[in-house]
Order: sequence, then structure tokens, then C-alpha cells
Amino acid sequence: MPQFDYVAPTSVDEAVKALLAAPAARVLAGGTDLIVQLKAGRASPGAVVDLKRIPGSIGIRREADGGFTIGAATSGAAIGEDVALTRAWPGVVEATNLIGSTQVQGRASLGGNLCNASPAADSVPALIAARATCVIVGPAGRREAPVEAIQAGPGRTTLQPGEFILEFRLPPRPRKSADAYLRLIPRTEMDIAVVGAGVNLVLDGAGVVTEAYVSLGAVAPTTLLVKAAGDALVGGKLEEAALEQLDAAARAACNPIDDKRGTVDYRTKIAGVLARRAATIAYNRAEVR
Amino acid sequence: MSDVLDRPATAPQFDSVGTRPIRPDGIDKVTGRAAFGADFVMPGALHGRIKRSPYAHARILGIDTRKALALPGVKAVVTGADFPDLDEELIEGGEAASSMRDLAWNVMARKKVLYDGHAVAAVAAVSPAIAEAALDLIEVTYETLPHVIDVEASMAPDAPLLHDHIFTSGMPEKPTTPSNIAARHQFVRGDVDQALADAEVKIEARYTTKAVHQGYIEPHACVASMTADGQGQVWSSSQGHFMVRTYCAKVLKLDISDLRVTPAEIGGGFGGKTTVYLEPVALALSRIAGAPVKLVMSRDEVFRATGPTSGGVIEVKLGATKDGTITAADVLLKFQAGAFPGSPVGAACMTALACYDLPNFRIVGFDVVTNTPKVAAYRAPGAPIAAFGVESAMDELARKLGMDPIDLRAKNGARDGVKAAYGPTFQNIGFLESLEAIKQHPNYAIPLGPNQGRGVAVGFWFNVGGESTAAIHISEDGTATVATANPDIGGSRASMAIMAAETLGIPVDKVRPVIPDTASIGYSMLTGGSRTTFAVGMAVVQAAEKVVAELKRRAAKLWDVSADQVAWEGGKAVCLDATKDVAPMTLKALAGQSARTGGPISAEVSLNAQGAGPGFATHVCDVEIDPETGGVTVLRYTASQDVGRAIHPSYVEGQIQGGVAQGVGWALNEEYIFDAEGRMENAGFLDYRVPVASDLPMIDTVLIEVPNPRHPYGAKGVGEVPIVPPLAAVANAVRAATGVRMCDLPLSPPKIRAALDARAT
Amino acid sequence: MSKIHVTATVNGDPAEFLTDPGTTLLDALRDELGLTGSKEGCGSGDCGACSVMVDGRLVCSCLVLAAEAEGRRIETIEGLAHGTELHPLQQKFLEHAALQCGFCTPGLLVAAKALLDANPDPSEEETRYWLAGNLCRCTGYDKVIRAVLDAAAVLRQERRAA
Repeated sequence: MPQFDYVAPTSVDEAVKALLAAPAARVLAGGTDLIVQLKAGRASPGAVVDLKRIPGSIGIRREADGGFTIGAATSGAAIGEDVALTRAWPGVVEATNLIGSTQVQGRASLGGNLCNASPAADSVPALIAARATCVIVGPAGRREAPVEAIQAGPGRTTLQPGEFILEFRLPPRPRKSADAYLRLIPRTEMDIAVVGAGVNLVLDGAGVVTEAYVSLGAVAPTTLLVKAAGDALVGGKLEEAALEQLDAAARAACNPIDDKRGTVDYRTKIAGVLARRAATIAYNRAEVR
Repeated sequence: MSDVLDRPATAPQFDSVGTRPIRPDGIDKVTGRAAFGADFVMPGALHGRIKRSPYAHARILGIDTRKALALPGVKAVVTGADFPDLDEELIEGGEAASSMRDLAWNVMARKKVLYDGHAVAAVAAVSPAIAEAALDLIEVTYETLPHVIDVEASMAPDAPLLHDHIFTSGMPEKPTTPSNIAARHQFVRGDVDQALADAEVKIEARYTTKAVHQGYIEPHACVASMTADGQGQVWSSSQGHFMVRTYCAKVLKLDISDLRVTPAEIGGGFGGKTTVYLEPVALALSRIAGAPVKLVMSRDEVFRATGPTSGGVIEVKLGATKDGTITAADVLLKFQAGAFPGSPVGAACMTALACYDLPNFRIVGFDVVTNTPKVAAYRAPGAPIAAFGVESAMDELARKLGMDPIDLRAKNGARDGVKAAYGPTFQNIGFLESLEAIKQHPNYAIPLGPNQGRGVAVGFWFNVGGESTAAIHISEDGTATVATANPDIGGSRASMAIMAAETLGIPVDKVRPVIPDTASIGYSMLTGGSRTTFAVGMAVVQAAEKVVAELKRRAAKLWDVSADQVAWEGGKAVCLDATKDVAPMTLKALAGQSARTGGPISAEVSLNAQGAGPGFATHVCDVEIDPETGGVTVLRYTASQDVGRAIHPSYVEGQIQGGVAQGVGWALNEEYIFDAEGRMENAGFLDYRVPVASDLPMIDTVLIEVPNPRHPYGAKGVGEVPIVPPLAAVANAVRAATGVRMCDLPLSPPKIRAALDARAT
Repeated sequence: MSKIHVTATVNGDPAEFLTDPGTTLLDALRDELGLTGSKEGCGSGDCGACSVMVDGRLVCSCLVLAAEAEGRRIETIEGLAHGTELHPLQQKFLEHAALQCGFCTPGLLVAAKALLDANPDPSEEETRYWLAGNLCRCTGYDKVIRAVLDAAAVLRQERRAA
């Protein structure tokens, strides 16, 4: 374990100052990635800045317009326990709850999952398909950006020095809409996703898809929003031809690697399989609303 | 709960044997009070750390420890130069002989490092942080060499040579040049080539497996304290504290009795803790530092630098008549030994065909060194690998013959009077019973749906006896202590208490088992080979019988009769002399009078148990495949096994269930993955994928009792057989579900998907 | 680097200790407070042997910094029994022989208690998925699951009787 200072600020300003004050300072939410990296010698921060005592960093709030605000350090377990959030965004919640074990769920956060920037992060495809945004705070004040804008590459974000994510925002939902997330792992639990697929659909009163967002994880250096895959579904009711187009578009968008978790060929095939299955689940969920 | 099936004529009534009392160490284990290796605290202990090679194969040109020694807080630094040179010496232990020189070179590298993770130096310091910093200050100069991992690549004539003193043993003529092939084993009967040529139905196939780890959850840990005069104490979790004592004494060239080893509770072994890695290093550091040293492995070190089992190649040819009589079997095995000779290929050869009664066979096995960690025993060492190949081939043969797979085994199966492939003639075995039990089990009749399949496989393990000591001491109030010298890795101490209680005739909770240190009880071979309940139990029963004999003598003295006029019934001495009007005396009453009648009552027995009963098992596994992802779900699993006598049925069931779970993991997802430099890529539980709770269904067990007449209560070893059948049971189920024969383990989803795609094209 | 002073509640009792910033809660429990019931099996949050509850939440203590424990309520295996009275989970683990080597047992018991606190009537599947983060290499999980479901029934019965 490297030597570092531990700081637990109680305000955003204090946290920003602490991040700027120490070389290579790192933010701590649940620690389920950071502490692993510290122990393995893959990170040597001058300071670890614990966000959890900053007001707003933890908690789930339904806004007047029907959207949700989720503190970036809120645990996956707390997210899974929120009834309203689970009803509105079953895909985002199930994706978040797939991160690691029950113990990891007691700590893991959306902010950590996104900023750790593993291409295989489970919550990110669901958040991107949901068109979620982040509220970022830093030395220049507050700004809001789409989740996909935070990714720079494996292990890297677009956040500037002193910046961190305070909250995530999910937009208000049309009545007949739902999302779903699926991942492929070798066991039934505990594995890093070999492929992840998040699909978010909006239907009209007749059950025709009016908006479709398809996001794939673990098949490229960053999580992808595959426009062509979503386009394949718009205007229909998930007929077989549309699903085949979706499958093909998902596969075409893949740019995966061979590693100890999966091969290029396998990941590509599975991307199509999971996109289909997630789309079907999202559609079935939306249809009954 | 399982079914316990007895051969009807011999089902006796016992008071304690066959019951399910709460284990005596139970409360400590469920409250967190039990002390495992890393829990022990010795005041003033320093923190030890080991520096390890980052190269799979390299010469050590020099090690400079001066900067490390100069770091404030560092109290000792050792390298290979601080360990004595040893001549070659083989020690019997566990199920195979171990080379002490190879062990010493494995514990601390000398001229070469032979695998990524091989220990090259160690430090002891006043804090973990200083010890870590000191490791970074040790400068090792390496000359890297080409490395070899794959077993057949290592057998090739141009393979990088690990050692220049290995000349393949077991060859018709001793080779003139060294190689990586340490040994060739061969077992032959009849004329297999002719029989294969004549066979009406033939199967020929090749199977491969990868190296896997025992996966015990407790990393190796010890505390050692050595004084300048060479006397030492060790506290460690191991499968044999006498083994730890012997091995440390050999590696450090000490007198054996100068070492005293106390067993900690052990958090899993499965064979992987039948040797030492840390203890000699901790002792060496402690002697220099003048203080105790605590050494604990990280999980990464456990994977990279302890003893997985071999990966291997299994080639099988089978020949049979059209009516299903197997006339010929030809098996070729090639096993990785890791950095030093000693894979379990010999045992694999002996077990490969043990379930079958065959007129013609040839089994050949090669032990091949590779630049991977030196393999250690893993639960029925070698047998699961051989069984994967043989039982997969048998499944293919059954299909070709149009026979039910159980019928094929029953027609050709080992039974009493059959001469085993490895030599002895079987008596009192329950193989056919285990086959029948599965055939009749409800699992075998459950209808299967789409993408589902059922696989059957059988397995065998010899089980061993060996040197064992047990002592029984009667306290003044008639309660008893039974002391045995074998670490309890699976609940055996409960069985020791049961057997002692049964023999003494007192309730189980009046008998407390303990496992004393090496100075306080006689020698015992380590806990392995499924021997504890059989062999140590035999010593326990004999000690109890000696105590009973002594109690009868004491009663005789009190009653003024001859000793042969006293019987022992239901825990009491009974006078057989009708002229004496005396009531029976309980053990408690006799104990209370022990001072008057001759002194304390106790007995210690050391023996070398012979007559261990081999174990046989039949397993059935149902799976469902997701054809799009290649994912395998285990729907059902039923295991039947001849257990001799289930002394404590719950723990017998537990052994079976645990072995099955390890076998399923071995079949589906576990493997050592190496990068191009020969470094393990998945040295953690994230990517070394052992089964988790949601991966498995309930595991049904059927305990068949064909008692072993050589053991007082009929016990046979049970712990190892269960891991032998699952690899093929799962593969055969996948074959049934998909129509595709998978010949390479593990059956991870990408491989199944690729196999399905290949078949479709 | 100076040490951090931490005050917390551990198993209902006040506890305080000094810690380095980089020390994990697991190491602080074991080395500073002498509570060695929580085990290190992997150090990376993959095995669950170090499971504890922090403010009622099941976590891996090897992935919590000891400094984060300030002001928090920590529950470990040592707090599961009350004096001589075992928790029904502990009792059922013993009756069902749901442990062999016992190394994973403390973590499993803490995780199982967290399950039954959240869901008093879990199905077999729910139990298996909840406990997927607790590796056991000895039992094959069969008797563990039976013990947890049996303890759940006992606790429901006790609740009805109360």
C-alpha cells in the first residue's frame, strides 16, 4: 500500500481544494476499485479524498419533473432499494446491482463505476442508453454533461484536475417507456462483464417504438452508444427483421480485444445476442405500462 | 440429507458411529474464535515478506541485499545462499515421495528461477511497510532464458531445458542426454495392440486439461521463532505438523527434535498444504533476527507460488465387442510437473482403469517439468485428469454401442475378486452398488427438455493407511481426551471422538478430541490420502481398546477376580463370576478409583495402518446449455459412493458435495492462464473462477456402506473419490445436450459457442 | 506520516484506535482491536471472508479504509452471538454441518444475517445469489444454503411468537 493522506471533506469547495493540493490525488467513494488498485500498486496518489461526507454525494431524489437525481457516491445497494427509481428505470438499477457481490454492492457507486473507466463497467451502458447526465463540480464551478462524455479511454476520464462528479441525473420518463440491461459472464455472478448491453425504449400508445437507445459495454475502449442499432428498432414493434438488423448493427459497432475474459469473435457474436435479448425485455416492460 | 444404503446382512447397531453430533470445535468456528495460521500473535513478532522472480525462467547472476539490510527497521534478509546445500533425499509422505533437495530449491531459489513467483529472497522487518520497501531495495540480476509451459512443448527435443540432471527414469535404456521428461510409468496386461486390432468397436480420442489450483480460501501463514542454538517453534496451518517439522529440519539441516510445531486450524488444504513454502524461510529469518517472524501469503502469491495440479494430455483408445465387453484399453498420459519432477502421473496411471475389469491394457504416463509452479497434491492427485479422458471415451463407446452408460460400466466393472489394473485384488468393494444406486435414483429418470443433457461418469481412489498415533487419557471424573496427531481439515476430530466414544461405551460429548503439537504426541503421517478416519481412527480404536482392557483389570482388582472374569458392556465393567455379588462399575466410577488401583489410566498407540479400503463412485449430472452464449447451467447432480461406514454421515456427505463442487469448477471455468512471458494472468479469485453459491444446485448424495473388514467400524476413506468423476460427468452431459464432444477443459462459454458454430458449418 | 485517530462502535461497544491512512478496516479490526474472526482470503473483495456490516450495510472490510470507520457502527462475527446464546444461524450451521474447515464461516454468517435482516423469507435462489460473494471451497454450498433457510424459518417463528 503506498503512503497517502486521507481527507474527508464536508463541502464541495473543501474537496476541490484537497484534490488540487496533493499530487495525483484520487477521489474515494465506495473504494471497490480504488482500494484494489492501491493495494496492487497500480495507483500512488498523494491524497485520497473521501466524498461520502459531502452533502448531496449520497442520496436519491425524485424531482418535480419526474426525473431522478442520484448522489454519485450512493451505494448500489441503496439504489436497488429505491422503489420509485426501480420502477422507472429497471435497466439502470439492474445494471448497477450487477456490479460485484452483495458486499461490493454495499459500497460500489455510479460515480466510481463511471470514473474507474473500465470498458466493462456494468452501469455505464444502462446510463448511456437512459441518456443520463452527470453534474460535475470543480475549480471552475458546476457543469453538466452526458455520461458518455466522461469516458476518454480505458482507465481515463475527461474530468479536469480538481473535478469530480457530484450527482447523476436521469431524465423524466414518458409513460410507455422502459429499459433493460444484460451482461454475459462465465459464472452466474462475480465476474467482470465479457459483454454488456443496455437498451432503453420509448413506445407510443400503439406499442410502436418511437425512441430507441442501444449501448454496448466491454466491446470497445469505451462504452458505445450504437445509433444504427437504435435506428433499427424505431418505427416497429421489434419484428424479427428489426431484431436481425439490431443484431447486425450491434456486431458491426464492436471493436473488442482478445483477453483472458473473451475473444474478439465471441464478444462480437454475444453483443448481437444480448442486444436482442435486452431489447425484448425492455419492450415487454414498456408495453405493459 | 442423503440415503445411506447398507448391504442388508451386515447392518449393525451402534450408539455413536453413524450419528450426527455437533462437532466439538463447532462453537469456536461459528463465533470467529478459532485460530487459523494468520490469527496467531506472538509478541514481538517481525513481519516477513518474500521477493519473487518476475521471470518464468532465468539464471540468477547475483543478488545484492546491502541496501535492504541498511534500511532502518530491517532485522534480517535471506537468499538461497543462507540455506544449506542438500544431497538428494527422498522422504515418504502423503501419497508420493518428495525430494528434499527439490523442496529446498523451491522454497528458495538457488542458481535459477524456474517460474514466475519463485522465491529469491526474504526479509523480516518491524512493520509491513518497511518489509515491502526492503524488498524493493534488493537488487537481483537475472539472465532471462526461454521458457516452456505446455507439456508437449516441454517434451520436444529442442525445448528449453529446466535442469541438467534429469534423465528420464523408467525408460528401457537410460537416456544419454538430459531432458524435461523426468519419468515414464507403464502398466501393461495382455496384448493391447492385438486386442485393439481385433476389436469390433473402437474409440480413439485425445483430451486436454489445464492446470488448476486447490483454491483453499485460507492463504498459507505461519509464525516461526528460532533461537541462536537452533531450537525452533513453528505455528502454522498445514495438513501435517510432523511433515512441517521434518521438512523444515531437512531444508535447514537441523535435528528434527529441535523443532516443535503446533498446528493452527487450517482453512482448507485439499493436498495443497501437504508441503511447506513459508516455514523454513520464517525460521531462517527468525534465527538471524533474534525475534519471531510472521509470514503470510497474499492471494496472488498463493496462485503463483504454491502448488497447483498438472495440466495434461490424455489419449485413449478403447476396443470392445458388439455386445459391450471391453477387450482393450490403451491410455497415454502426459502431465506437467511444474518446476521440479513429481506430477501425479504415476497415481493417474494406477487409477485410470481401476473401475474396470479388462483383459488387455497399456497405460503409459510421462512426468514432465515445465516453467510453472511445482505441482502439489490436489485431492485424488492425477485421478480426475485421467478419468476425464477415460470416462469421456467410455461415454463415446457407450453411444457407439447403443448401450446405457451405466450398463456399460456394470458389464465391465470391478467387483470382488477382480485383479485391479494397478495390482491388488479387490475385496469388499461397492462399485456395482454405486452404479445401481444411480440407475435407480429419481435423478436418472427425470425427463430432460430442449438444450438439456445428462452425463454419467465413475471414479476410483485407493485411499491409504499409514503411520498414525493416537492417545486416550481418562480424567479423574471419567471423561476422556483423545489426542491425535493429524490436523483436522474436514471435521475428522468429530469422528475420532465418535470412534473413541463407541469403543469406550460412553457418550460422545464425554470425549474431547485434541490435536497436540509435535512434542506432545507420537508421530503421524500427514492428513491426506483420505486416511484419517481409517488409519488414525484405527489407532484411536486400538488405544481405546487398551484403555478398556486396563479398566477391566482395575475392576478385577477391586472385585478380587481374575481379569478374564470381567467384561466391558455399555460403558461398564461387568463381573462374569457368578459367585461375586457385585454391581457393574461405570467408567466414571473406575476412574474415580484409579489412584487406588494403579494410577492414571491412559494408552497411546502408534501403528502403520494397512488394509485401507479403496473408494468407488458413480455420478450423474444434468446440464442445460444456452446455445447462443455457450453458457452451462448445472441443473442437478447426484453422487453415489461406497463409503465403507459413514462414521459421521453429515461430514461424509460434505466431503462428497465439496469434491463435486471442485470437479464442476475444474470442468467449467477454472484454469491457469499464462501470458507470452509465462506469467500467470489470473492470479486472483476474480479471474480464477471457482464455483460460487449461485453456480450450483443442491448436490444429492447416496452413501453406500460396504464395510471395510480391516477397520474396526468398517470405515473407508471418502474425501478424494468425489472429485474424480465430475470432470467427465459434466463433459458427458454437455455432449448429450449439444451433440458436440468437448475434449479440452475448461468448458468455458466461448469454447462451447465456438464448438457449436463449427459443427453448424 | 502521522496516524489517524478513529472512534467507532464495534459490536455495540465503543472502540478507538490509531491507524495509517492506508490501513484497511479488516487489518484494523484484526491487528488493532484483536478481532481476528474476520479473515483475509484474497484482499481484493472477491471472496467475502472479511465480510462485516458498516452502518447496517454488508461490505468487504478489506475494501474499506480504517479511517472511513470514524463514527460508524461496525458489526463483525464476534457480535453475532449474545454471550453464550448462539444466533439461530450459528446454531443451524452447526446442526447442518454447514462448515468443514470453517475459514469462510464468519464471512458467510455475517452475510447470511444481512440477508435475513433484509429478506426474512428468501428462496433458495435468492439465498444463493445473495451469498455469491462468499466463496466456500469445502462444502459445495449445499448444507450452507439449507442451514440459512432453516435459520430463516426459526427466526420467522420467533418473530411470530414475540
